[in-house]
Amino acid sequence: MSPEKPEQIKKSGIAIFWDEFSRSNLTVIILAILTGIILGGVLVAATTTEVYAAFKVSLWGGLKLAFTTAWNTYVALFTGSVGNPEKIRLAFESGDPLMIRRAINPFFESLVQTTPYIFAGLAVALGFRVGLFNIGAEGQIFIGAITGVWAGYAIHGLPPIIHIPVALLFGALGGAIWGFVPGFLKAKTGAHEVITTIMMNYIAFRLSDWLLKGPMGDPTEYTPKTPWILESAQLPKLFDLPIRFHIGFFVALLMAVLVYLLLFKTTWGLELRMVGSNPNAARYAGIKITMSTVIAMVLSGALAGLAGANEVLGVNHRLIPAFSSGYGFDSIALALLGKSHPFGVILSALLFGFLRNGARSMQLTVGVPIDIVSILQAMILAFIAAPAIIRTIYRLREPKHAEDIVSLQSWKG
Amino acid sequence: MVPVLELRGITKRFPGVLANDHINLTVEKGEIHALLGENGAGKTTLMNILYGLYHPDEGEIYVNGNKMAVRSPIDAIKAGVGMVHQHFMLVPVFTVTENVMLGEEFVKFGGILDRTRAAEKVMQISDTYNLDIDPNTYIKDMPVGLQQRVEIIKLLFREANILIMDEPTAVLTPQEVQELFKIMRTLIDQGKSIIFITHKLVEVMECADRITVIRGGKVVGSTTPKEATLNELATMMVGRDVKLNVEKTKKKPGDVVLEVDNLKVLDPRGAIAVDGISFNVREGEVLGVAGVQGNGQTELVRSLSGLLPSIDGEVRLLGHDITHSSPRQIIEHGSAHIPEDRQRDGLVLSFPVSDNLVLNTYYLQPFSRSIWLSQQEILKNGEGLVKNFDIRTPSVFTPASSLSGGNQQKVIVAREFSRPIKLLIASQPTRGLDVGSIEYIHKRMLQKRDEGCAVLLVSTELDEVMQLSDRIAVLYRGKLMDIVDAKSATKEMLGLLMAGIIPGEDVKSAQVPQKNKILIT
Amino acid sequence: MSTASETIVIPMSKGIRNRERRRRITMGVFFLLAAAFTWLVFAVNLTPNAMTRFVMTPGGSSTVAPDWIFPTGVYLNIIAGICAMLGTFQIVRGFGKRTYSVLALVAILFIFGFLSWATSGGQTNLGGLLRVMVVRAVPLTLGALSGILCERAGVVNIAIEGMMLTGAFVSTVFASLSHSLVIGLLAGVVAGGFMGVIHGVLSIKYKINQIISGTVINIFSIGITSYLSSKYIQRSEFQYLNEPGMFPQIEVPVLSKIPFIGPILFHHNIYVFAMVFFVLFITFLLYKTRWGLRLRSVGEHPKAADTLGINVFRTRYMAVILGGMMAGFGGTYFSLGSSGRFDEVMTAGRGFIGLAAMIFGNWNPIGSMGAGFLFGFFDSLSVKASLLQVPLPSEFLGMVPYLATIVVLAGVVGRGQMPAADGVPYEKE
Repeated sequence: MSPEKPEQIKKSGIAIFWDEFSRSNLTVIILAILTGIILGGVLVAATTTEVYAAFKVSLWGGLKLAFTTAWNTYVALFTGSVGNPEKIRLAFESGDPLMIRRAINPFFESLVQTTPYIFAGLAVALGFRVGLFNIGAEGQIFIGAITGVWAGYAIHGLPPIIHIPVALLFGALGGAIWGFVPGFLKAKTGAHEVITTIMMNYIAFRLSDWLLKGPMGDPTEYTPKTPWILESAQLPKLFDLPIRFHIGFFVALLMAVLVYLLLFKTTWGLELRMVGSNPNAARYAGIKITMSTVIAMVLSGALAGLAGANEVLGVNHRLIPAFSSGYGFDSIALALLGKSHPFGVILSALLFGFLRNGARSMQLTVGVPIDIVSILQAMILAFIAAPAIIRTIYRLREPKHAEDIVSLQSWKG
Repeated sequence: MVPVLELRGITKRFPGVLANDHINLTVEKGEIHALLGENGAGKTTLMNILYGLYHPDEGEIYVNGNKMAVRSPIDAIKAGVGMVHQHFMLVPVFTVTENVMLGEEFVKFGGILDRTRAAEKVMQISDTYNLDIDPNTYIKDMPVGLQQRVEIIKLLFREANILIMDEPTAVLTPQEVQELFKIMRTLIDQGKSIIFITHKLVEVMECADRITVIRGGKVVGSTTPKEATLNELATMMVGRDVKLNVEKTKKKPGDVVLEVDNLKVLDPRGAIAVDGISFNVREGEVLGVAGVQGNGQTELVRSLSGLLPSIDGEVRLLGHDITHSSPRQIIEHGSAHIPEDRQRDGLVLSFPVSDNLVLNTYYLQPFSRSIWLSQQEILKNGEGLVKNFDIRTPSVFTPASSLSGGNQQKVIVAREFSRPIKLLIASQPTRGLDVGSIEYIHKRMLQKRDEGCAVLLVSTELDEVMQLSDRIAVLYRGKLMDIVDAKSATKEMLGLLMAGIIPGEDVKSAQVPQKNKILIT
Repeated sequence: MSTASETIVIPMSKGIRNRERRRRITMGVFFLLAAAFTWLVFAVNLTPNAMTRFVMTPGGSSTVAPDWIFPTGVYLNIIAGICAMLGTFQIVRGFGKRTYSVLALVAILFIFGFLSWATSGGQTNLGGLLRVMVVRAVPLTLGALSGILCERAGVVNIAIEGMMLTGAFVSTVFASLSHSLVIGLLAGVVAGGFMGVIHGVLSIKYKINQIISGTVINIFSIGITSYLSSKYIQRSEFQYLNEPGMFPQIEVPVLSKIPFIGPILFHHNIYVFAMVFFVLFITFLLYKTRWGLRLRSVGEHPKAADTLGINVFRTRYMAVILGGMMAGFGGTYFSLGSSGRFDEVMTAGRGFIGLAAMIFGNWNPIGSMGAGFLFGFFDSLSVKASLLQVPLPSEFLGMVPYLATIVVLAGVVGRGQMPAADGVPYEKE
């Protein structure tokens, strides 16, 4: 039995290319994103009243307007997330630094939006690699923000070079604690992490509500807010206003590299991945599964906690209620899109970050609500999770061997 | 008289295997027809064809003289054929009545269950056949023996006339087996016919009316308990021909490596699986453990690997007490394992071959320096072993999932043999492999023995055990029947031992060790 | 019968008995702790002769009941005494099958004790508290019922939240356009069912991990409802799309006139009555009919069901669609039953608490309604927390449902009986 014997009996170059292309998983990912974007465009057109009016006049006119509507939406999305090329050109010609900064701001703002996605995406991806479904990134982000902001305003007298790492570390620690509880319960009692992390999310929300109103609230404010963090804890910005881009982005990249090194270059990582891919073989090879589960959830929580700390230390500089709008759930989609690989996570975080930022200005310029991004994300997630849908639509071939990045245990754990 | 069931020329091929080769079988009304054969002889395949779970490539099925097309279990049920599966198809949280009527419910108006009427019918069936079942008990509260009767009631409720029983005694205690035989007699008296699938000689002699022996997918012969002797049946079942030849050098065994003393292990359900076993394995010898599958081999091996805690007894490896050691400690003492299910326990299929080759040594020098993996060393090691052990793979980066079964097994063998070991525990090392790989793995294992390693070989393949072993231990119902010298052992003798009979003794006084069955309430 | 008795052997059942014994004692200690807490924390620091005054008439009710005034200390001591007795008995003998009922009793006593203590020296409107509890239980229980329908057939549904939100949105628009609450309600139910179809296709046909499939629906529902909401119905020129109206309160004749109980239970809009109806009806369907037997068999042992000719896939589709419709119905409560309009993300996590109520209620409709009441009570209490005599942050009361669910999941008070094949895609050979 020879392992691989494709029946390559004289095929044209195109046929071979199509064969490879068609079986590739990358093709599916690209088509999933593309299909999501097309369907999103259809949705935008279908929910625009003018399009219907145009259809009443003529079919062609209706189609044309539908297309232009979708097109304009995506153009707005693009300029909103990357910048308007024309404006950038003019700004550079004028040479006025403020104008230049304004023109290139969208691009950097997108990176600002990307940063928490990288952290949270890494958190979920790390869990997936160890066979755990951390649906509680949202709560861990909250706790990370709380502990991070506390370290930011309550610890006095430290120079930035120490204060910033300490504050980030506090954020990571908060998230780690929030990840530890479900991990410990799973390892000790078998309580499924999906339910426990959801519950931990809501406990985190309630806890933060209380803290903001009470112990951590700024007494001078009417609405629940924490005090501003000290200047020494603020993540340094690289440009002047209005660009909010701060070094958090590089911290996120660094974390991605660290997670990559941990997972793929260290003995611990090999153990964690072994537990995730085949717990039985891992047990046979002498690995303690319970330990790995707890460690993975703690690390996952710490990464999510960093996402929260990054936001309060780098962007908001204080904590307000409900500050993280759905990063936790989006990061599930994002981790799957990135095939649970740290570098894949960076790429998909960039996609999501640019979408999110672009959508914001899109809402202002063409009046398409920002929530279109969630719809796109849901569709992309569905297509990535069920590649069979994409393969059916585009008549692609089956992959040579089924890959299974996410192997999650059933409910009972 | 027209036979109630006739199979003509049934042939079924699976990729690479001829599972059933033109099998003919005739079952008369009112008889217990035993289908006797080793594991993998093709009994279960044949019955799954009859029950509509598989479709035959050739051959025809006649029920009461009428040709039948059995496409699904529903067709089989309609034709009056029912099956008691080896793994019961019962919902534990349902009552007997609910389980029995599921799919054929008695209802009042509007689909409301008529439990009373159904329970009455269950009661009536139970009384007719002396089954002694309370219709309102929950399955989870019943011992296995009673659960099996519920399965039988399910078939009778659907008015099945031909009952297929797939290894029905495998899960029963000796007393329960006797009860089952009584029930089977009652069923026959009421005009039902039974196909009794088994590999247990004594039971066949005890209860069958007719016996058909299957080996290697073919019918070897047909006889009756009156005409045949146990020895003849054993020979028919296991065959006489030696398929493979292994050259074995003589060697004098050295010091004791593994000592097992009165080991007792429970299976995950809480029943005693290994019941007070004692043996030892010496340097340079192969101790083969023979036995029909499910007689405690899995639990024995898992316990020796540190995966299943023992409840009593002691295990020593090179003088170290490893009774309660972790898997890693046992590995580090110089024990190597070829697990029974290589894809489940031996490999991480999504990992590349090179990583699979260091699955339990990755944390040691030279593969790791402090916490870092040395990819270079891992690859070097991988390439060396791939060459050394003739693993056919496009590269060491290929995921293990793309390798053939034989090459996957070679990966495990290479990994385990590449570190200094004093004990090798090989469980079903050649199951499902092609002849070339089998020979290769046998050769390698004997080489290890000659180097002075102690080898514990657990296999259900009698030929394999006989060829490789220096001594042979036979397991039956979790107990050690005997340990015999391989040179003086014959197949007949081992076959009898595997069936729980001490050769030379009268069948009636056969020593049937008590398997303690535990009620889980 | 001889076989059974002969086969019982001691060594193993010792392990099980040990475990049961440990569990029995844990529970007993738990009861004793409740007693000790009542005594040491609540009863000890009371001023002598402190009185508790419970107002028994919910605000705005015409059926008046006299206030209930009692000496706090005496009652607390009685409660502590009862709990201590129950705990002692539990440790010594054990209540066996009735343990959970006793646990519920202890919990109720403890909560009552807490309330008496927190009220002592002042007054609390117990009637109002309980009335709000019943109202708050509605979306949780309906969400739990949705989960039960799906999970009893073996499909995990964490998309209850999204299905509810969709139901709330669609019902708002349809009720506003048709000026008919019934049409709005039906549209919401259909929309929920449609989400069920998507969940079914993704998880049954394409065999996606059911949790991912649920996440898809949650993200999508939040996205699409918020998108359409901010594009249309929140804008003033489309205001007419967001004026669905509300189901009126119904006073059940005679029954609503019973003092105390009447206003709490029998003066509500249709949702409270529908909740009770559906809880009873689904219990009946699941446990008394052929339909229910087959549905549960598919969730417990799909292969067994398959060998008996039950179509596993069809049954699961049906269950998921019905579950979606139930969640859709629950969603209409937010728009047509409680606020009379649609707001973005108005379900605010109730779907997830519904999921928790399902687990807490042991995948059983009546149990889930009990959990719904319990969670609803804390919800109701957290609103009124500031009126109590003791400073207890409302947020901590709001955490109780989640903490309780984690405790249940961790098996501290005995693990529930989830359907055996829950979350496992069925593969035909």
